[in-house]
Amino acid sequence: MSEHHQEHHILSIKTAGTVLGLLLALTALTVAVSRIDLGFMNVAVALTLATTKSLLVITYFMHMKYESRFFRIIVFICFLILAVFIGMTFFDVAYRHGG
Amino acid sequence: MSEIHKDYTGAKLGMWLFLFTEVLLFGGLFVLYSTYLYKYPQDFHTGGKQLDVFIGTLNTVVLLLSSFFVALGITYIQRGEKKLAIRYTLLTIIMAFGFLINKSIEWSAKFHHGIYPNSEHLLEMPHGEQIFFGLYFVMTGLHGIHVIIGAVVMGVMVWLMKKDNINKDDFVKLENAGLYWHLVDLIWIFLFPLFYLVL
Repeated sequence: MSEHHQEHHILSIKTAGTVLGLLLALTALTVAVSRIDLGFMNVAVALTLATTKSLLVITYFMHMKYESRFFRIIVFICFLILAVFIGMTFFDVAYRHGG
Repeated sequence: MSEIHKDYTGAKLGMWLFLFTEVLLFGGLFVLYSTYLYKYPQDFHTGGKQLDVFIGTLNTVVLLLSSFFVALGITYIQRGEKKLAIRYTLLTIIMAFGFLINKSIEWSAKFHHGIYPNSEHLLEMPHGEQIFFGLYFVMTGLHGIHVIIGAVVMGVMVWLMKKDNINKDDFVKLENAGLYWHLVDLIWIFLFPLFYLVL
């Protein structure tokens, strides 16, 4: 067989369990914070927590931590493009007059 | 033993490229959501208040658990523990059904309250709330279709593991199915606060 199987990283059950615990804790925090009225900050906090959860899922469950640099770069570029896409649309909407 | 050429990196790259198209598909809808949230913050707030936070939270926990089970399934097949790998993949499918049952209870409740696409009650609502519920049905509906597809894919994976087509030395199919499942979970991670917890 080819050599990559020997060097293939296997996610340990302990790590997977820790990640699950963190994800559940962050979910509880998301719900708790949403019950407090922080005005516009509510959306910012909710999105920050959701982004943190996504990073945990991508890094460990989707194995990105153990992939080659090439995969990390293309995944980063994909989400960068999405951020630019959403960000630029928002600039348009926020500064459009009479819209 | 004959050498069969398997392009492991190529298989994963193909899966990721497909996932990028999925990110853009949902990304477009998130752009719509954010622009209308900016335009109708009050209506989105009123709309979000009508959604069931309990069912939303429950479904978040169900999906997080299912992602955990997929990860365990992959770990076990890599260690050569086929039985456990099949068991955790089956648990993932059960979680998918649990998610869909919750979703159907939630949607039925909305239908009973007269809230469904093009309903009279919905058309009487303020413009922003109509958009909120429109996005709600389209985005959670599209996500639900992904959950159904994911459950079917996991079913095929169980079958392939039973046939030893997926095994200790060749597991990229299960890994790729897992990547798809995790992406479905990722999308829900954003849908949940944006719809159920919007303030």
